[in-house]
This record gives sequence, C-alpha cells and structure tokens, in this order.
Amino acid sequence: MLNTLARMIRTGILTEPWPAAATTPSAVEALQQDLWKILGRAQCIRHVDAGSCNGCELEIHALNNPYYNLEGAGIKFVASPRHADLLLVTGPVSVNMEEALRRTYDAIPDPKLVIAVGDCGTCGGIFGAGYATRGRVANIIPVSHTIAGCPPTPTAILAGILQAARVRVGA
Amino acid sequence: MNFDSFEQPTISIPSNIPCSYASLGAVEWQRAMDELKEIGATFLTLWGSDDRYPDDGERDRCFAIHAAFLLPEGALVLSHKIESIANPTYPSLVRAFPAAARLERATHDLLGIASTAPDQRPWHRHDAWPANYYPLRRDHLEPQTTNLKPAAYPFVQVVGDGVHEIAVGPVHAGIIEPGHFRFSVVGEKVIRLEERFGYTHRGIAKHFEAATQADGHRIAARVSGDSTVAFAWAYCAALEAIAATACPPRATYLRALALEHERLANHLGDLGALGNDAGFAFGLTQFSRLKEDLLRANVEAFGARYLFDTIIPGGVAADLPQPAYAHLLHLYRMLDHEAAGLRTIYDDHGGLQDRFREAGHLSRDLALQLGAIGLAARASGIAHDLRADHPWAPYNTIITEVVTETGGDVAARVQVRFREIFESLRLCRALLAQLSHTSVDATPIAVPVPIAEPGRLAIGIIEGWRGPVLIALETGPNGQIRRCHAHDPSWQNWPLLEYAILGNIVPDFPLINKSFNLSYSGQDG
Repeated sequence: MLNTLARMIRTGILTEPWPAAATTPSAVEALQQDLWKILGRAQCIRHVDAGSCNGCELEIHALNNPYYNLEGAGIKFVASPRHADLLLVTGPVSVNMEEALRRTYDAIPDPKLVIAVGDCGTCGGIFGAGYATRGRVANIIPVSHTIAGCPPTPTAILAGILQAARVRVGA
Repeated sequence: MNFDSFEQPTISIPSNIPCSYASLGAVEWQRAMDELKEIGATFLTLWGSDDRYPDDGERDRCFAIHAAFLLPEGALVLSHKIESIANPTYPSLVRAFPAAARLERATHDLLGIASTAPDQRPWHRHDAWPANYYPLRRDHLEPQTTNLKPAAYPFVQVVGDGVHEIAVGPVHAGIIEPGHFRFSVVGEKVIRLEERFGYTHRGIAKHFEAATQADGHRIAARVSGDSTVAFAWAYCAALEAIAATACPPRATYLRALALEHERLANHLGDLGALGNDAGFAFGLTQFSRLKEDLLRANVEAFGARYLFDTIIPGGVAADLPQPAYAHLLHLYRMLDHEAAGLRTIYDDHGGLQDRFREAGHLSRDLALQLGAIGLAARASGIAHDLRADHPWAPYNTIITEVVTETGGDVAARVQVRFREIFESLRLCRALLAQLSHTSVDATPIAVPVPIAEPGRLAIGIIEGWRGPVLIALETGPNGQIRRCHAHDPSWQNWPLLEYAILGNIVPDFPLINKSFNLSYSGQDG
C-alpha cells in the first residue's frame, strides 16, 4: 500500500494544458461554465465503432489517460446512448454495422451532435464504399463535425470535441 | 519435408521463413490433415481462391482451397483443387483442426465453396448483401446498395430450469470494437458463451485485388490497427520473397524496432486495462501513462504515434533521427524500472491476485486441442514464438527468449505480458546498438522492389504481439495482386474464450476477455 501511495505521489499530476488550436486554458474553464449553464451537466459521449481497424479507438482511449484527462473538462464517455449528447463514430460504416449505428443514433436524445473520427469516417478512407462498406459516416446519419487523420492524434480528437461542444453551447 | 500421405514431394515457395508447398487431391488432402494432426502441426490459416479464369493460361480452371501449417521445419502450405465448379465442396479440416471451423464458414461467404463440416451458418455475411453474391468470385459484380435488414442468427440454445440468455453487443459499453456475445447463464454462472463476429468486415481481400503490389502494404497495415507493423511487415516480407529482393540490414533492424514498440505499447495498455477491470484504477493510470510516453517517443523516432505505413516494400519509410537514440535508451531504462515496480505492486496486491488467479482458466491440453496460438498459448505452457522458432532477419542475429507460463489463467496471461515487456526492452536495446553501429549513409533504408512475375504464391509470417500474423500473397499480371489473404491469430484464439469463460461468473467476463485481448477487425477482415 505504501509502495502504491509513494508511486502516486511520485507520478504527480500529469495533465497538460488543452490544445491551443481549439481553445486556451482559460477558455476551457469558460467552456465548462457554459456546459453547466446551458446543459446543466457534463457533456456525455457515446462512441460507436462502425468498421474501424481499431486505430482510431486506441487514440480515443488515450483521451482518458492522465496526460489528456478528458473528464477534467467535464466531458465523459457513457455506456448508454440514452445518456449521451454526442456520438463519436469511426470506420467506413461496414454494412454489418449500419443498422446498429442507426439504432444508436436514434437512441440519443435530441439535440445531438455527431462527430466522424478518422479518415474512414470522414471520407471513407482507404476502404470507401463497396459490397461491405457504405463509406463516410455522413452517408448513413447526419454528421456535425469531422476529425481527419489515420488515426487522428488525441490532441486532434480533443480539439474536435471541444470545437463541437463550443458550437453546441454557442460559445 | 516428407509426408507419408503425399504422393509428390513438397516444393519450396518464397517466404521469410522456410516454407514448403504441395498440391493434393481430395483423398490425399483428407489423409494429410490426419497426419499433420498426428505429428502435432500447428494450424495457421485457411483461404480459398477462384482460379476459373487463369491469367497465365497454365492454371487449372477451378476453385481451390489452401491451408497453412507450422511445423518444427517451417511453414507448410497445402492446396486442393476442387473438382466441381457447379457445387464446389472440399473435405473439412474441423475434425483435425477445430480452429478451421469459422474460416471455412467465412470462405463460403466470400467464395461460395463449402466444406463438409456440419456448421454451415454464414460468418462474415449478416444478410446485408444477397446470399447469392460471393465477393471473391471473379464473375460476380458488386451488388448495388441493398438495404437487407439483418435476420436473426441461429445461436445454439441452452434449455433447462433457470437457464437464461444475456445478449451483449455489437455495440459494447465502452470504447471497444463491435462484436456479439451470447451468454447462457444459470444465476451468475456462465454455462455457455457463443461469439458472433463479422461486424467490422470491410472486404479486405476484395480491396487487395483492386490494389497494386506496390501499395498493398497500406491495406495490410489497416487490417488491425493495433498490429499495423506486424501486418505491413508480413505483406512486405511476402512481396520481397517473391521478387527475390532482400530488405537492407539497417531496415530490418528498424522494422524489428517498430515491431517491438508495437508489442510494448499493447502490453502496457493491456496491463493497465487488466488492473482496471479488476477494480484497480491505479494500474490503468500508471500504465496508460507509460504507454503514452512510448507513443510520444514513437513520434520522434518514427514520425507517428502508431506506426501506420512505417514499413514499406523494400524497407522502411524513414530512418531514426540522431537525437532519438539517446532518448529511446532513456525511455527503455525508465519503462524497465517502472514496469518492474508496478509488477511488484500487482503481485503483492491480494485483491487483484484474487481476481486474476484461476479466472478464465485454459489448460495446456485444451489449448493444444483447440489450436491456441501466440501469447494466449504461451500462457498455457505452449512454448511457440516465431522469433525464436524460425527467426527471420534480424531476429536471426539477436536471440529471443520465449516467455511461457503454465497457469493458463488471467494471472498467467498478465505474467506473460510483464515478462515479454522486459524481453522486448532487451531486444530494443540490442537493435538500437546494431543501428548505432551501422552507418546511416552507407546502408540504405529501402530498396526498390521490382514488379513480381504473375502467378507466384508467397507467405509472409511475423510474430506480432498477439501471435503469428500471416499474409498469403499471390501475384497477378502487371504488378497487380491476384489474391491476398490476411490472417490474424485472433481467428484461432477467439474460440478459446468460449471455453475459458465456462464456470466463471458473468462479472468476470470483461477481465477474462481483456486477458486475451483479441482483435475483432483482424478476424472480420
């Protein structure tokens, strides 16, 4: 136990400032204020992998590591689409995930945001449309924002999410 | 290689490890499977091809089925030309090699050639494209967008007093790939688990056929994102073997460094997630920090966090910049020290060990019977690692120690990861030492790969972090790809989970599942 505590203290707080591209640290605080004022709660994200190679998922995962600390901005991932304000979708929408994607989208209460993450979700990427894929996410459900990259870096994803949230709260 | 059941001697085909080939008739094919089972061969993969319209005029006009195995002498590829074109059927491998079952179902979905196995349910096809459309048949045109709704899938049902089903997926409660798990439970105890996948099927094989040999590595790199280096290397190894092009030594060291970084990143991430799934969030914080440190070092060393397109035909895309050497050595020292400290914390934590030990147990006998492969097999005492068994360049110059544990439970799979981290860090140091000895200017990092002649088959096989990743590449005319089959070891290891979960409680499933951490996209293709 002492060993564990000592390591926690030694590691300290690793969280870094937010990406300047989207917002400055003080603007994050302003965004948090806005989120609370307008939504009365945190921004909640549901993620759906619609045929990704898992590369984008690895980078979305990284948002929860202590360096990026997404929850520090009042933004968190939720298990149920009913609790979500924002849908993150990756992949070239495989035909086998099309129905599940539509149902997840329908289950999210209005008003909702959809962000397509990665080159596949943004434009179909290397796979595009074929017998097994439908191409970009916007071919299936309305998309509000896109984040390109193969895979996009956590900083790029974070910047995209913050941007979408700011538009959402009218900041 | 010599086999009693083969009428003709085997011939050698291009590969990065010793590889033999034989074409067999139906009776021979069946006998060969029994003989291979008898001598303890490891089943690697199965794929089919449509050879009805030969480009080079020398091929038999038929469908063919191909299987690959691993033996102490090297790899063995067997082909069987299927006589009937109207009703193509071949003898199933399932009796000898149960791991072939899903591959046989998938092969039927893609090519419309059936095995004689009893389970003929579709695997990749979820009714989203018409049942009479077989994507890899050369005379089948892609269907116009159809809106067929998924039909109910006939899961095997367990009936009896108090038995009920829990359906999970395809969308899971986290940032995870999609797949469906159907549990049959009594109270909390799992008495049956049936997996259903295919949700991320992107038609990889079809995409390969539209690509050129020179850019196929980009598709290979996107079969499974967490194994991008292994797949890209396997593809390039196959292509370079056909073209008889040797990758420059310096590039082989850089490739191996990238492969070991991929292993480290995944193992670090898994150890954190395993702690978290057992209620020890501290582990997730610590390990996800170490993983992030490694990914950031990748940016300096390779120019990207995840090493997509780092490996290209003929070599690698870029060399290490000079400052990276010192930084990487510093990183390896830090990771070694931190991982050792965290291992002590994990080992000494009573609550954590209580969750790890005996959870998801897979005995060595069962693992052998089911054809377990890679990391999961090593945790059940099966000492196979291509880097040591059939070392290809540069692993033939640096000795890899095979890490095995005998427990077969979550704790054993945790220990294999810890020990492979230390072994991998040792290899990274050795590779870095080799790289600092060879002059950057004197040795190129990539050589041109000439267009390979059509109709050649080659195997590229690389020990990725999950296990052996395989690419079977057949060349077409004018630098095209005639057929390319990408195989992830998850094909073999997903069925293990259906057994490892038996008798465990539902709440332990995420932990047991994570301890295998298999790929959905890799096997969906």
